[in-house]
Amino acid sequence: MRIKSALAAAAIVAMAAACGSGGGGNAAEPAKSGGAGEPVKLNFLSLAWQKESVAANKEIVDAWNKANPNIQVTYVQGSWDNVNDQLVTSFEGGDAPDVIHDDSPALSGFASRGYLLDLKDKLPAELKSDIPQSAWDTVTFDDGKGNQGVYGVPFLQESQVIIANKKLLDAAKVRIPTPESPWTWDEFAEISKKLTKGEAFGVAWPMKSPVNKTLNLALNFNGTFFQTGADGKTTVKVGPEEKQVLQRIHDQLHKDKSADPSALGMGTADPLPGFFAGKYAMLPVGVYLRQQVVEQAPDGFEWVTLPPLKGETANQGAVSQTLSVSADSKHPDEAIKFMAFFLNGPNQAKLAKGDWLLPTSQQAAADPSMTTKENGWDIATASAKNLVVAPFLKVNGFDEWKSKVATPTLQQYFANKISLDDAAKQLVEEGNKVLERYSQ
Amino acid sequence: MKQLLKYVALLAYVFFLAFPLVWLLSTALKTPQEMAGLHPTWIPERPTLDNFAAAFGEQDLVGAAARSMVVAIASAVLTVVVALPAAYAMARYRGAVSRVATGWVLVSQVFPFILIIIPLFMVLRNLDLVNTLPGLIIVHVTFTLPFALWMLQGYVRAVPRELEEAASVDGAGRIRSIVSVVAPLLAPGVVATLLFSFISSWNEFLFALVVLKDPDVMTLPLTLVRFTGPEGVSRLGPLAAASLMATIPSLIFFAIIQRRLRSGLMAGAVKG
Repeated sequence: MRIKSALAAAAIVAMAAACGSGGGGNAAEPAKSGGAGEPVKLNFLSLAWQKESVAANKEIVDAWNKANPNIQVTYVQGSWDNVNDQLVTSFEGGDAPDVIHDDSPALSGFASRGYLLDLKDKLPAELKSDIPQSAWDTVTFDDGKGNQGVYGVPFLQESQVIIANKKLLDAAKVRIPTPESPWTWDEFAEISKKLTKGEAFGVAWPMKSPVNKTLNLALNFNGTFFQTGADGKTTVKVGPEEKQVLQRIHDQLHKDKSADPSALGMGTADPLPGFFAGKYAMLPVGVYLRQQVVEQAPDGFEWVTLPPLKGETANQGAVSQTLSVSADSKHPDEAIKFMAFFLNGPNQAKLAKGDWLLPTSQQAAADPSMTTKENGWDIATASAKNLVVAPFLKVNGFDEWKSKVATPTLQQYFANKISLDDAAKQLVEEGNKVLERYSQ
Repeated sequence: MKQLLKYVALLAYVFFLAFPLVWLLSTALKTPQEMAGLHPTWIPERPTLDNFAAAFGEQDLVGAAARSMVVAIASAVLTVVVALPAAYAMARYRGAVSRVATGWVLVSQVFPFILIIIPLFMVLRNLDLVNTLPGLIIVHVTFTLPFALWMLQGYVRAVPRELEEAASVDGAGRIRSIVSVVAPLLAPGVVATLLFSFISSWNEFLFALVVLKDPDVMTLPLTLVRFTGPEGVSRLGPLAAASLMATIPSLIFFAIIQRRLRSGLMAGAVKG
């Protein structure tokens, strides 16, 4: 009997508390307000997660809210791992945030389904001109009806650099590359061999998620991985250009043995303990990993950021973080005004510093904090000039090709379980079956 | 010697069970540099409370834990309240309808939750329950109910029908025989089902992510995920500290309800 009483009491208390703890009303509803005399309220879904980045986001939102009492923005923190599930549900349910932070590969699918507002003719000229065309290209997609629209404002970009143990480089007396004279892939292979001594490897390639990394780097040799025919159909292409980077990484792992095969299954940050312990001399990683190095490196550890490698060119596929406006937003003009403020030059510099990424804004890139030698910012910022639109961004069905075909195939290839020709065949044949469905 | 082996085995088992908590505690007290060491240490060399300060300073962990507790307790209680009569009916009235219902309960467990999120979201929206804790409680009850029903049905079946018949011979009506005879014997099953429903709701992330949008109503799993970034990169120290603190309310709940589980078991034994 006492159990029953306790359960009943718990139920009543719980429901009462639930209703009284801010959840009683539909808190999303006021965000759609803006009637006579009431301020317009916007929800801003942010994916910032690093301490400094969250602080920068909140600071900018607070500054906006203070300066614009009639347009109040609510900062809502999301998560990179689940944002697209969350957004699809919100879009389908007609309850999406007004301003959405995401990355450019996600926008293509959302644009073709009509979830996002086309910003092509709506953005202020100052914001348009401050961001170079190569960045705008990363957010320009087909709307599913054959029209090209701009579905986000690109504001942070990532490039692949090399983070290296300075003492090991100095001891090996290798040439330190500069943005004007970067290492070629051949030079990199030679230096990796030189740095491989005893149980220490020249390089670690963390390849838990190998697709974006290798596809972006493949542009060094003009490898596009996708081609669009005269009939408008996109197919997978793995020719000599696409094979270059794959082969070179494979050679380091299994022929030169200058790369540690045990690092293959690691995520981006996982090789850091080995890097700090001198087990690997170099890590080819995204620029943002510098933050982890600064935070985690043991006292006295000396490291340098080296510019991206060069093949036939130093081009890399660009993926940008973006802000978009939901097509269902009741206040799109106010949302765009907020975005223009949020992404102005000084604010982009703050956001880039917080996330250890590269701003797209030319004004922000010129900020002294973006060009200082400290923590390799000068090298990182200079690498932005090599970023070009990644061809896979425009491919409808890329996400499925990536998860179902390319990831397992590349993992098998790098683990030396299949040959490059087999990998190429799998990528093309299985991949085309996937893309075929999306072209119907 | 036999006794010693028993204690060693018990200690090993306790260590195995405690491993995640000990690891969380150890990680939460480490500096970023120590966490990035190639050879992990159990006892932090330079213990620090910075991770706790960061976790509590940056996120409303206490509020999120309180909301999670409310949601988990309410979901567990409502699940049992709804499932118990249905389980009794399904166990006692065996027929074609009961068998189909039982089958449907099982089938409903194989649907991926992602399939039902959008329709569920739209229903909640029409009821004006999106972004509310009652909305999330309804969702959690919906997804824990089938398995709770299945569990309770088994417990009801384990109570001999003859006991109810004997009570009936003694003059008790159906309600009286259920309340006085069946209910005490079902207590352990009810508590076990409560625990199952509580855990399911306490840990649930995906529905909470979709239903709750306002920072002021977010539950603990949504708050913890804020310490993680793209490509598996995370702020391990604050995450470990926050996760450690997050276990405390559920440990307290378990400690309280475990006593009930034991007393329920005893009650069942005596009656049986």
